Amino acid sequence: MSSPNSAYPDIPETETKPKRHEWPLWEVFIRGQHGMSHRHVGSLHAPDEEMAIKNARDVYTRRNEGVSIWVVEARHIAASSPSEKGPLYEPSESKVYRHPTFFNIPEEVGAM
Amino acid sequence: MYAQMVKSEAADDSAEALAFQARIDAGEKIEPKDWMPAGYRKTLIRQIGQHAHSEIVGQLPEGNWITRAPTLERKAILLAKVQDEAGHGLYLYCAAETLGVSRDEMTEMLLDGRMKYSSIFNYPTLTWADMGAVGWLVDGAAIMNQVPLQRTSFGPYSRAMIRVCKEESFHQRQGYDIMMKMAQGTPEQKAMAQNALNRFWYPSLMMFGPSDKDSVHSAQSMAWKIKMNTNDELRQKFVDQTVPQAEYLGLTVPDETLTWNEEKGGYDFAEPDWDEFFEVIKGNGPCNTERLAARNKAWDDGKWVRDGLLAHAEKRNARKVAAE
Repeated sequence: MSSPNSAYPDIPETETKPKRHEWPLWEVFIRGQHGMSHRHVGSLHAPDEEMAIKNARDVYTRRNEGVSIWVVEARHIAASSPSEKGPLYEPSESKVYRHPTFFNIPEEVGAM
Repeated sequence: MYAQMVKSEAADDSAEALAFQARIDAGEKIEPKDWMPAGYRKTLIRQIGQHAHSEIVGQLPEGNWITRAPTLERKAILLAKVQDEAGHGLYLYCAAETLGVSRDEMTEMLLDGRMKYSSIFNYPTLTWADMGAVGWLVDGAAIMNQVPLQRTSFGPYSRAMIRVCKEESFHQRQGYDIMMKMAQGTPEQKAMAQNALNRFWYPSLMMFGPSDKDSVHSAQSMAWKIKMNTNDELRQKFVDQTVPQAEYLGLTVPDETLTWNEEKGGYDFAEPDWDEFFEVIKGNGPCNTERLAARNKAWDDGKWVRDGLLAHAEKRNARKVAAE
C-alpha cells in the first residue's frame, strides 16, 4: 500500500511514522436492557480502565443504550485476518445438514 | 457538506484494484484489515477527518449561547445537543483511526491548518434565533448528506454514520422548535428569526460544496462509494424540503428568484456566492481565525491534563507490574 508521497502531502505514511506518546485506544462493549450479550459499539481513548469506562458512559450511553459496559485495550484483541476467510469458514459451507430446513418433516407430525 | 471538496486520487488499474472495485460494486463492505488502494485509504482519512473536525469545531458557534439560553430547559437541551456533537466527532475519529492515523495526529493537522472543517462554522451566531437556524438548516443539510452515507463502502464509516443519524434528528427538531417559538412570538422575535434565516440560507447551501460542473473530485469518490450523491442533487433535495418548512413558519427565503418548477418537480433557486465560499475555505471567512484560535487554546490548555493522566496511569501500571 505505498503511493507517491507527493499526492498526499497532508496524510502521513503509516509505515514510517514514529511511535507517539498518546492515550491508548480502548474497545467498548455494551449490554443493553433486554438481556442480550455485550456488543461491540466502538472505541475511544483513555489513560486507564477507570477513565475508559467513564468516557464510554459519556460517548456510548447518552440515551440509555446500556446497563453494563466492558472496556478492553485494543492491543489485547486478537483478530482473524481477512486473507484466511476461505480456509477459516469453508468447512461449514458444505454442511447444509446443520440447518433444520435440511430435513423434511411431514405436515401431520405437527410443529417441530 | 461537513466534508467539502475532499481531494480524491485516481485508482490504479492493478489486478488488486480491479478486484477491490468489483467488491464495492457488489455492495460489499470494506473493513480496516482488507486490502485497499492507497488512494482509497487516504481519501477516506481526509474525508472522515474533515467530517470529525466539523463536528468538533461545530460546537463553538452553539457553545457561544449555552450561558445565555432564554430558559433553563433551552439551556439543558442546547447543552445536550453540543455534547452530542462532541460524541459524533469521537465516533468519526475512531472510524478514521482504523485507517492508520491517530486522533492526536488528526487534531494537530486541524490545528496547524493542514486539514479543514466545514465552511459553515466560520459564520458567527449573533442572536438566540441563530440557534434555531443552525439546528434547522445546518443540521438539516448535514442529515441530507449523512443519511445516504450510512450505505458507504467503508464499514467503520458506515457504522459511525448510523449512530450519528440516530441522534441527529433531535438536533434538527430542537432547532425548528426554536424557530417556531420565535416566528410565533413578538414582531421583534419574528424579525430575529427572519434575520437568522437571511444570514444562514446561503452558507447552508454552500455546505454541499461547489456545483457539479466545478466539482473535480466527485467521480472517483462516487465509484468508491465514499460519496453517494452529487453536490447539486443534495442541494436540490435540501431546498425542496426546506422551502415549505419556511412557509409554515411564515418566514421568507431570501431568494427573489425562488420558483416552483412543475416540470422538474422541484424549486429553481439562486446559487450562493461561490467567490465567498472559496474565500471562507481559504481561511478568510468571518470567524476562521477565532475558531482555530479557540481550538488551539483548548488543546494547549488541556496539555497538562492529558500528560498528567497518562503519567498517573503509567505509574500505577509500573507499580502493578512490580507487585506481580
